[in-house]
Amino acid sequence: MTSYGVILFHTTSSAMRAEKLLIKEGFNIKLIPTPREFSSDCGIAVRFDWGEYKRVKSVLDAARVEIGTICRI
Amino acid sequence: MIYLDNAATSWPKPPRVLKAMVDVLERAGGNPGRSGHRLSIEAARVMYDAREDIARFFNSDDPARVIFTNGATHAINIVLKGLLKPSDRVVTSAMEHNAVMRPLRSLEDRGLILDVVPCTSDGSLDINDIAKAVDSTTRLVVINHASNVAGTILSIGGVASIAHGAGALLLVDAAQTAGVLSIDMKACGIDFLAFTGHKGLQGPPGIGGLVIGDHVDTSQIEPLVQGGTGSQSELEEQPEHLPDKFESGTPNIVGIAGLRAGINWIMDRGIETIRAQEKELTVALIDGLSDIIGTKVYGTHDPERAVAIVSFTATGKHVSEIGLRLDEDHCILTRVGLHCAPAAHKTIGTFPEGTVRLAPGVFTTRDDISTVIVAIEKVIQS
Repeated sequence: MTSYGVILFHTTSSAMRAEKLLIKEGFNIKLIPTPREFSSDCGIAVRFDWGEYKRVKSVLDAARVEIGTICRI
Repeated sequence: MIYLDNAATSWPKPPRVLKAMVDVLERAGGNPGRSGHRLSIEAARVMYDAREDIARFFNSDDPARVIFTNGATHAINIVLKGLLKPSDRVVTSAMEHNAVMRPLRSLEDRGLILDVVPCTSDGSLDINDIAKAVDSTTRLVVINHASNVAGTILSIGGVASIAHGAGALLLVDAAQTAGVLSIDMKACGIDFLAFTGHKGLQGPPGIGGLVIGDHVDTSQIEPLVQGGTGSQSELEEQPEHLPDKFESGTPNIVGIAGLRAGINWIMDRGIETIRAQEKELTVALIDGLSDIIGTKVYGTHDPERAVAIVSFTATGKHVSEIGLRLDEDHCILTRVGLHCAPAAHKTIGTFPEGTVRLAPGVFTTRDDISTVIVAIEKVIQS
């Protein structure tokens, strides 16, 4: 079973920015409603393959996208 | 019909603007950022793409610092009422619109110290007068980029240098210039850019924005409106994160889609092409009016120093009568009176009667101007 990571954001604007950047970089991601067990920060979260954690994080850090926490599901 | 009221609102709109507005309701009609379903997400994408395009258009790095408002007035009010404290000092010009003057006069009643720098009768601002007025106690300088009455362009870069040299911030009212003059926030040193979507940017009424410079500390600005943002819903306090801090309530996604389409249309046509066309029409208007006996044309008469706004009066005729006759007898739509800018009319010497304002737009032709000049001559001589 694939393990996913979920990136939480403070704003929808940041979530949209992250989605755009990560799709451009070829990542297999999906926007999902933020799972209630984590946070209600922003209604939308980005789900990615957990195996890509380091690469995803480095793309977002390099572009200085403001993110909340990253959780594993 | 010849529409010469583009300084109030541009008309007609490029067809792609109308199409984008219909399309967003059909295809992305959810509430952006509120829900996680596909229609909400698609609306959020439209909104974010618009932020990126606007940031790029004004050369600002951070799309999160593009705050959507219902127009320039709202954007100006966010800065004036959110940033300024009762004892702060503000410097502005004597050519401002009431979008700037009314909130400033209201704040003045509550203790704000306001210094209105006089301008010359053609609407120009002497940069030395700004330098004299601004000092280390000045918190903010507020200036229009071009006058909605005389069309006169003010030197933003020069004012920014003076403001920053004294440690003050600069708010620019770009209601009449966004979309017709190239605006580079970084090169000009603009800290706050207030713009509206429904004039030069070719978008619909009811949408505009405030672009906040990358270095501005937004923790010092109180939001004008507080409420739901779709984010941090567990908090009963307003979030600090941008753009949410200043964007409570359901956004005008239809307006945002139209605004984005308008900006893209401008980028496709080229702002230099638009500017060249406006200069040609402005020269034709000024030359044509100057040949009519009894008219007086205001402003600099120099298309390099003005946007396409030409104000005039005629001896022995009320401006309201000229406007009415142009509309009823010639189907030419203008705006007469004080144009919500009493300070500017006092400066150019046309208060309280006002002027007839002719404001061509991107769809106005040279032939339209020739027709207008003939009609004005008839009206004035009748």
